[in-house]
Amino acid sequence: MAAALGAAEQGVEVLLVEREDRNGGVLNQCIHNGFGLHYFREELTGPEYAERFMKLIESRNIRTFTGAHVWKLAPFENTAFIVSESGIYDVYFDALVVTTGARERPFGALMIPGDRPAGIFTAGLAQRFVNIENHLPGKRALILGSGDIGLIMARRLTLEGMEVVGVVERLPYPGGLERNVQQCLVDFDIPLYLSHTVTGVEGKGRLERVYISEVDDEFKPVKGTEKVFEVDTLILSVGLIPQTEILKNFVEIDPKTFGFITSNTGRTSLDSVFAAGNDVIIYDLVDYVSTEGYTAGKHAALHALRKVTPSRRIPIIPGENIGVLFPRFYEEQEDLRIYVRVRKPLENVRVVVEPGIYSRKFDRVAPNEMITFTIPSEKIPPSLNRILVEVEKDEG
Amino acid sequence: MNVVVVGAGIVGAAIARKLSMYDLNLIILEKQPEAGWGITKANSGIVHAGYDDPPGTLRASLCSRGNMMYEEMCKQLKVDFKRIGSLVVAFTGDEVKVLHELMRRGELNNVKGLKLLDREEVLSLEPRLNGNVIAALYAETAGITEPWMVAIACVENAVQNGAKFLPNTKVIGFEIVKERIRYVLTDSDKIPADVVINATGMESDLLAKLAGVYHPPLHPRRGQYILIDKNAGNIVNSVIFPTPTEDSKGILVLPTVDGGTLIGPNAEDLSDRERESVSTTLEGLREVLEKASHLVPHLPVNRVIKTFAGLRPETPSKDFYITAETSPWGFVNVGGMRSPGLTAAPAIAEYVVEYLIPEKLHISLTRKKDFNPERRKIPHPADSTPEKWHEMIARDKRWGRIVCACNEVTEMEIREAIRRGARTLDAIKFRTRAMFGKCQGGFCTHRIMKILAEETGQALEDVLKAEAGSWILNGKVRP
Repeated sequence: MAAALGAAEQGVEVLLVEREDRNGGVLNQCIHNGFGLHYFREELTGPEYAERFMKLIESRNIRTFTGAHVWKLAPFENTAFIVSESGIYDVYFDALVVTTGARERPFGALMIPGDRPAGIFTAGLAQRFVNIENHLPGKRALILGSGDIGLIMARRLTLEGMEVVGVVERLPYPGGLERNVQQCLVDFDIPLYLSHTVTGVEGKGRLERVYISEVDDEFKPVKGTEKVFEVDTLILSVGLIPQTEILKNFVEIDPKTFGFITSNTGRTSLDSVFAAGNDVIIYDLVDYVSTEGYTAGKHAALHALRKVTPSRRIPIIPGENIGVLFPRFYEEQEDLRIYVRVRKPLENVRVVVEPGIYSRKFDRVAPNEMITFTIPSEKIPPSLNRILVEVEKDEG
Repeated sequence: MNVVVVGAGIVGAAIARKLSMYDLNLIILEKQPEAGWGITKANSGIVHAGYDDPPGTLRASLCSRGNMMYEEMCKQLKVDFKRIGSLVVAFTGDEVKVLHELMRRGELNNVKGLKLLDREEVLSLEPRLNGNVIAALYAETAGITEPWMVAIACVENAVQNGAKFLPNTKVIGFEIVKERIRYVLTDSDKIPADVVINATGMESDLLAKLAGVYHPPLHPRRGQYILIDKNAGNIVNSVIFPTPTEDSKGILVLPTVDGGTLIGPNAEDLSDRERESVSTTLEGLREVLEKASHLVPHLPVNRVIKTFAGLRPETPSKDFYITAETSPWGFVNVGGMRSPGLTAAPAIAEYVVEYLIPEKLHISLTRKKDFNPERRKIPHPADSTPEKWHEMIARDKRWGRIVCACNEVTEMEIREAIRRGARTLDAIKFRTRAMFGKCQGGFCTHRIMKILAEETGQALEDVLKAEAGSWILNGKVRP
């Protein structure tokens, strides 16, 4: 919706295609608050945040097409084939923005040994059942992964009458935001097992038992540290995977994260194709997603109007301690907003953008809180061959 | 003439289909909610060429004959079958010797299209193979299929031709009078029977015992598998085997019919009390990954979407055990269906129905005049043309509602699977490939549950994943 808005504000005709019956995606089931503090300067629930955008796009020249599935994309022919209950459509476009978000890593991807019983849910599916379908996924649950949605589901399931016996995280620090650790676990006395992982699941028909163990530095289970939980439900919050498959043969995709590789305008390796949101990198906050969506929409519209020709793309290189970095290229027609996730928690560091573009000191940084900052485009010499982003020890 | 087939795995299903060509009263019993949910569900899905079975064994002759029959059978049943060929690869001189021996066996087994390839030829066919390969045995007739769909399709086709299919029905005994079977006793009924086909897979020795008939003892051999998403692209083009040992064909890398990649199985002999042990283990999955990575380095582990295990029934002689008994008269054993049971299934059906029953039991069967070998497939419009799909949507808009986005399965496909007998989420998954893709049901499980509840008149919380006891939801959050 933010991309549609960004595009429409440039005066182009916009078609917004959504496969669900309602715009907003996963926001619609995120009935907790904490959304919008940056974008709208107020605290909203997920559905409220989505509704703000629904109102914003209503007033523009945007047609929305819900219950519509993009069957095939032919970016070189500027055509999308769309399936819906009213038939098949070929839609011609001058520019395309892909905002397909991410999916949850499924249980099968974790290669956890044991049985394959019912009762193992991704956190998002469990959330859907509880918050929208009005059904509980079980009686007694263990949660694997301390990403934000795992933490939020620990609280939600507790409030709705299930017993949550713990949250298991293989890293030595939580994956979700600090505020969620406090408000979802500490406030409800739910134990957090750091440096632990699930080593087995058992159950005939329905899940009956989950085994966990402490892990060493290589995430290998440590013998003799096994614990058993008699639970009928295992909730997984083990990472999100960008949904980029529809364009996998056409644009550059990060082979490790599967995210689209884009510039600061959202442009992919194809001039007329843009992407933004969790299909590029996994963001902490929807506010960031909206900001980048809006930007990608705006530049897609400018491309469609042929108002700008794509400028030279300066590569942005992730340096020391950088786990996640956005964007991967810089184009001069937009300021450079950088989003960085460090590899591990660090103290007394400096985030620097070389050569000599930006530098800021941090007392403490951690992978669960993204660092983001904006560099105005006039501060970046257009003649650079590359830009380097690093997090280094602060010597001063 | 009352014929009861016990077990609707690939072998029982193929026999049932063959029997449905004849004038008789045919009943198929299956203890699971669906055909093909035992051994059939979890194996490599390979239609073997037939070069590795010891010449002279029953399994050797039935394997090469079965391979020849597959294409036509799958065409009639509208099941995917791809003759993609297989390669047995050798990394040492000793292994090359084994390839020559396999070639010799293949010729004795009447296998056509075998060829020894040198390193360059192998690597041009399979560029991602370990570069240390020195030779390979190529078998052009090897293929791949979806085993559970073959079983489901055979049963559907048999039912189309007059057979009766009773799922969720377990045989608990027989009524035998004067050395003749009179009735099959099930947990819910008593079914008249003149001939009983024992195709109970992992339990065929136990069922034989119930009838007082000899059957060599079975033990399960477990194999674990890892499935890689089709979005990782083509990793190999054909079935890649290591050089086999006397004991096992080894851990393979092969494409699946829907474009994914399967690796496995390892081979663990379990005790005869572990006939339902389809758990994976840390060591097993590690072994699969290690050995497969030796064949094809740099497997995309970050594209794994599923791990699972299956069982193969082993007898001491490692051969099929197919007999028609005369005491009690009419009991037919079709047991010990280890590899290549899937391949041999249509040939086994032919052997049982056209040879054992007339020759050993002296029953002459009459062919039906109106047997229809053609099964109608559940249409999958995403595989057709835009024009065709558009037309289908114009007829019923539910052809245009995508339920499973990963595999582009429409609401009508889900409903059709339920109308054909799917009663659980896994049954819908195996019939339509919904929830079988990269998100593994994360986005669509709730939608499919609602459709299933609606079609069957169940409450949402009564929908099951698979077998009894596999409940998914624990009632409402609030009334």
